[in-house]
Amino acid sequence: MFSGDQIASLLSEVGVTHVISVPDSTIGQWEPAIERTGRIRLVRVCREGEAWQVAAGLYLGGATPLVMIQCTGLFESGDAIRNALHDWKVPVFSIVGYRSYLDQAKLPGDTCLVFTEPILDAWKIDYRLITSPAELHVIRDHFLSCRAVGRAGAALIAE
Amino acid sequence: MATASRIPLVSALQTLWRVRRDDEVVITTMGSAREWMTLGEPHALDFILVPSAMGHGTSIGLGLALAQPGKRVIVCSGDGSLLMNLGSLASIVAANVPNLVVIVFDNGVYEVTGQQPTAAAGLGRLDGRNADFCGVARACGFDSVHEFNDATAWANDARSALDSKGPTFISLNVEPVVGGTAPHSPGPTAARAQQFMEALRR
Repeated sequence: MFSGDQIASLLSEVGVTHVISVPDSTIGQWEPAIERTGRIRLVRVCREGEAWQVAAGLYLGGATPLVMIQCTGLFESGDAIRNALHDWKVPVFSIVGYRSYLDQAKLPGDTCLVFTEPILDAWKIDYRLITSPAELHVIRDHFLSCRAVGRAGAALIAE
Repeated sequence: MATASRIPLVSALQTLWRVRRDDEVVITTMGSAREWMTLGEPHALDFILVPSAMGHGTSIGLGLALAQPGKRVIVCSGDGSLLMNLGSLASIVAANVPNLVVIVFDNGVYEVTGQQPTAAAGLGRLDGRNADFCGVARACGFDSVHEFNDATAWANDARSALDSKGPTFISLNVEPVVGGTAPHSPGPTAARAQQFMEALRR
């Protein structure tokens, strides 16, 4: 839906300093462009729960982190999200790949479509669903509005 | 995870308290947090990670070390906690953070839940062998790896171990605290986070 250069440019524009990520086949393609910016550091972690807590440490240390994971990683992140976003009130913004939203032929009946949005609601993460290339600006606007009020948020990118 | 000799947990923490420099961040979790809070007045750069997410002290430490490259960040983790987030050792090395020190206080048990053996402790394994945390750290690529089984050796060499080329991994074989319970939060989290951020900016 988006090129790496589009995403890297957007993240640079809004002042993201670190992207903490476990890739999937869509968001992983953005990594080279993010690294090419020279302004954003890509932090590779082994499992998505780590990403939220690395982001929390970065935020406490004065940086502007962003978590970039697939929705399957969101499912495994529960305790880390609960602690970072709700216990410690760290307003981490995330980009979450929404597996099977656009392509339901590869994994027919993929339960990611059943659980992703209810899980985001359950963790009280204010998200915007992005389903077309024309909605790039929605990510930027939502990031900036969340930052302005110190609230965690997410852009849910249809895949 | 040697069993022949173990350091009393409080003694191990007292050494860290004594040698800790004023500009060093110390993150404590679970049993180490419980005992650290009894040692004296809190330091502005103490981050008592209570409440925590399971095993994520090392990950918060990685983030802090990346954001604050001029400050040494010392993470006090339990062995049970580390097992829950063992991949973080690879993430730490991948991020190349020379200012991060991970200390694992290895007592072989989940202390605060009643001292059940961990899956890495000989007592919890059918083959009776202890897992080798230092070996895992070396295999992940930590530049400096130290192991202490003796309180005097730790007291004598703690500072040089903390100062070694990082990222640094230190394993302290400590005694479980009989009746040790989960630590109490020292105060509202959001306010503590704010105070900690302000201390880092000073």
